[in-house]
Amino acid sequence: MRALVIRRLFYMVPTMFAISLVAFLVIQLPPGNYLTTYIAELSARGQSVDQTQIRALEERYGLDEPIFVQYLRWIGGIVLHGDFGQSFQYQRDVSDLIWDRVGISVALALATIVVSWGLAIPIGIYSAVRQHSVGDYVFTFIGFIGLATPNFMLALLFVWIAFAYFGESVGGIVSPEFADSAWNLGKILDVVSNLWAPVLIIGTAGTAVLIRVLRANLLDELRKPYVVTARAKGLPEWRVIVKYPVRMAMSPFISTIGWVLPTIVGGEVMVSIVLSLETTGPLLLQALRNQDMYLAGAFILVLGVLTLVGTLISDLLLAWWDPRIRHAQAEEV
Amino acid sequence: MATGTDQDVLLEVRDLRTRFRTDHGEVPAVNGVDLTLRRGRTLCVVGESGCGKSVTARSILQLVEPPGRITGGRVLLHPDPDAGGADAGDGHASATASPAFTESVDLAALSPKGKEIRRVRGRDISMIFQEPMASLSLVHRVGNQIGEAIRVHNPVSKKEARRLSVALLGQVGIPSPERLVDSYPFQLSGGMRQRVMIAMALSCEPRLLIADEPTTALDVTTQAQILDLLADLQKRRGMGMMFITHDMGVVAEIADDVAVMYLGNVVERGTVDDVFHAPKHPYTRALLESIPRMGGARRDRLPAIRGTVPDPAKRPTGCVFRDRCDSAMPGLCDTVDPPPIDVGGGRQVRCLLYGGAEGRGPDDQVGGTGDDADPTPRTGKEAADVDAN
Amino acid sequence: MGFNLPLKRRGTSGEPGETADGAPAESLGAASQWRLIWLRLRRHRLAMASAAVVCMLALIGVFCEFVAPTTPGDYSAAHTHAPPQRLHFVDTSGGDLDLGLHVYGYDSVRDEETLAREYTVDTSDKVELGFFVEGTPYRMWGVIPADTHLFGTQDPEERVYLLGADRNGRDMLSRIVYGTRVSLSIGLVGVALSFVLGVVLGGVSGYFGGRTDNFIQRLIEFTMSIPTIPLWMGLSAAVPREWGPLTTYFAITVILSLIGWTDLARVVRGRFLSLREEDFVLAARLDGCGRSRVIRRHMLPSFTSHIVASLTLSIPLMILAESALSFLGLGLQPPVVSWGVLMQEAQNIHSIAGAPWTLLPGVAVTVAVLALNFVGDGIRDSADPYQ
Repeated sequence: MRALVIRRLFYMVPTMFAISLVAFLVIQLPPGNYLTTYIAELSARGQSVDQTQIRALEERYGLDEPIFVQYLRWIGGIVLHGDFGQSFQYQRDVSDLIWDRVGISVALALATIVVSWGLAIPIGIYSAVRQHSVGDYVFTFIGFIGLATPNFMLALLFVWIAFAYFGESVGGIVSPEFADSAWNLGKILDVVSNLWAPVLIIGTAGTAVLIRVLRANLLDELRKPYVVTARAKGLPEWRVIVKYPVRMAMSPFISTIGWVLPTIVGGEVMVSIVLSLETTGPLLLQALRNQDMYLAGAFILVLGVLTLVGTLISDLLLAWWDPRIRHAQAEEV
Repeated sequence: MATGTDQDVLLEVRDLRTRFRTDHGEVPAVNGVDLTLRRGRTLCVVGESGCGKSVTARSILQLVEPPGRITGGRVLLHPDPDAGGADAGDGHASATASPAFTESVDLAALSPKGKEIRRVRGRDISMIFQEPMASLSLVHRVGNQIGEAIRVHNPVSKKEARRLSVALLGQVGIPSPERLVDSYPFQLSGGMRQRVMIAMALSCEPRLLIADEPTTALDVTTQAQILDLLADLQKRRGMGMMFITHDMGVVAEIADDVAVMYLGNVVERGTVDDVFHAPKHPYTRALLESIPRMGGARRDRLPAIRGTVPDPAKRPTGCVFRDRCDSAMPGLCDTVDPPPIDVGGGRQVRCLLYGGAEGRGPDDQVGGTGDDADPTPRTGKEAADVDAN
Repeated sequence: MGFNLPLKRRGTSGEPGETADGAPAESLGAASQWRLIWLRLRRHRLAMASAAVVCMLALIGVFCEFVAPTTPGDYSAAHTHAPPQRLHFVDTSGGDLDLGLHVYGYDSVRDEETLAREYTVDTSDKVELGFFVEGTPYRMWGVIPADTHLFGTQDPEERVYLLGADRNGRDMLSRIVYGTRVSLSIGLVGVALSFVLGVVLGGVSGYFGGRTDNFIQRLIEFTMSIPTIPLWMGLSAAVPREWGPLTTYFAITVILSLIGWTDLARVVRGRFLSLREEDFVLAARLDGCGRSRVIRRHMLPSFTSHIVASLTLSIPLMILAESALSFLGLGLQPPVVSWGVLMQEAQNIHSIAGAPWTLLPGVAVTVAVLALNFVGDGIRDSADPYQ
């Protein structure tokens, strides 16, 4: 198992590199560079441009050097010093700005995964075991709607309903009265009460996909001979189903985390923007709109790397869950 | 004929009917099957693929899956005379802890998901299947799967179940069972997997073992080993065995009794000697003729049964074999559905040649066709449907 | 006798068109693959109903100038956020029965504090509607000048708001109808681009295998592991604002398809790999067919149905992505009208609370995506006629 973990970690290096290239590309894409934008910004505010400061910035980012040197400086700063560059909009280090937001985003994504699984597993099993029942059709229908509705639309609907029927204006993870207080039980409960709606909205599409995947897999597995064997032993029906076909159907299910995760991160960004949650989403959008590219690039890099880590965890989870994969990979090493 | 008073009779199947609901109406897969299983004896059920032998076996344990269901008939499981202490011979040690029932039970009348049928499954009657690869869970350890079978019916600890599993694996001829008990089925060969299946099936000392083509998916050497193992275990434990196969060679090797099935019916049954040496039903005769024999004239093509098995959804009226039968009697076989006829010595045949047509049947033909094979060679016919080695 | 057989066999396998044409497609055994798929698909009631919805949407998209009661830019300061009007057929106000489609006009009062207009229905102001009426002039497909609309007010001077108005008093219905063209076509064009990428890369990967396959697989895995929305956002933000609507449209489409090709490539590769092992492909190769002939004649036909299914299932993803980007203001820009652009109107709580009908373009997205998903699923289920 340790060899497997090491090998997977090793595999991640080229992908990490590719993600950093993409993030750097996003930084470089807009016309002009950081400096020209910065100078334009300063002149727009009517401020004079300090030549020595410009020299210092040019030096820092190597703006007059070839593009790959710029890349090396950028990524070197991140890897060696945790320096993601400067946000000209906030006049602060990017690393000061992102980590709080990233933390909340990760918490939101994790909560969404837990909730999606908690909903998808029982519903998926029910739909497969009671195929063609009324419940099956109802869940399938809801799943299709959930899949077809953009989650920002769901978020907007939620905002509208909360406002029109409950007179509440939604937004924010921490209610104003707890904004400055330290973490305590009240604040945690407050956060939970504010989070359940975003979590459900972000998770809708993912949950719908997971239910469909689990249902289809389980339907396949239920017809396999080993299920008959288990029944022929005299096991009660629920134990037959939970121990054997569900266990088998979970393998492809677990491997879906890998690609459900990017959707969840994306959905989190969209929903956070609509509900103005203090996560990466709104800040990323703002940074992109203002061409605050080091900030935007940092978000894309961090979100990409986190998704990659999530995928790695799902791979390892799968190896732990399914002895066939564990053994096949152990033999490869 | 077997009756309820016969001490050796384990299980009687009477007029069993199992149907499958499809888009094109109900398809009868098993259409009035009669079988009798005795303890200490092996009954071989033979027939071509699709004749309903597997469905019959599954119907006994209520393991037919929807859209299939049992629509009629009885499956009577008789109580074990040993359990009452009346006849405790052979050192047959029953390890079952849950109380054995004392009266005959009709398994066909039980609910497929109920407690009663579950008590029978794996304890009184267990089953092994054709594909040992697919019939074992690949992600659970061997010991877990056998131990589970033990613990369903016996209140023993996990440790004890593991010890018993190792012992069982030893009994089915697995080398170093202590090591193997912790491996996964995908690490084993086909023969080893089937041995694991057998160990699992025998874990609760069943009185009847149903083996559904257990050697079909194995290579020839392994087949022979598994057959020997099953025959040996059956003898030592004195259990009854229902062995389903399409291989006449296997029948000759292990059967005491034979039931020949064709399109959901048992067309002929009797002891293996009677059926093999004096086949009565034209289908049985044709089956036996299509077996290659050592020393036969090499140039001759092997006789094959002409035509194909009719679609069970479109069963012809009258005798279902008549279109492929050389002895078919026009005007009779296409109108009268042949009932089971007792022809003495515990044998039953479903063929109008032996009566059952209420006066219209030409009974005089019985003597003429009883013993020998039909002399007309059937060359140039369609390829054999029966895989007869 | 001994050599007659092979000759005959070559005759039939050499000209498969002959047997396909010669046999009337009545018996299932001789029916062509597409006919079998069609027969199965026809039994799929949900898929067929959805196909009808998709066809309708496509027609609306193609003829949007004609279908819409007015043009999307036709504004009216007096109708800011006017609510949807109810359609009436029977009018008894005049004393006797008067049949004919009509709506009632508004009485509007401007709230002095909020400056928002409050609307009430004015039953004395009857606006008669009709089919094929003369209305706002337009150019069909931007070329042919015309002024006939499928339906609209009898009097070109009157206005009708069946789905309400936006903050500039523009008709939501007309805007959604125009949005159909852009949103659907971006899905189609985007899918066409991903199709080329996906089929080429997936086919290369599956056919050649080995190192090429390994590389393309890594590429696919990488592309799939990046959270799409942030990446899309990053790339679209780089599209210069100065670009015209058409250039932006294509830039956005390219960005969408750059990320959307992976699924298709996986399907194609998977089919290629499994087909490579099939007996009929081996047989074709043994018969002396060249590589390109094996691919074109024998392999491609047996998975076009799968490709069609995945294509149908990718269009909704494109539509969803476009609407998300445009909603954020990073995709298409006004005055281009797409469902996502229209949703920008619904971005703040005040407009949603005051004019919930600004959410209607989102409903259009849901309906289109749902219908396309059902059709795609239906095709996928019917794609294996020999199962």
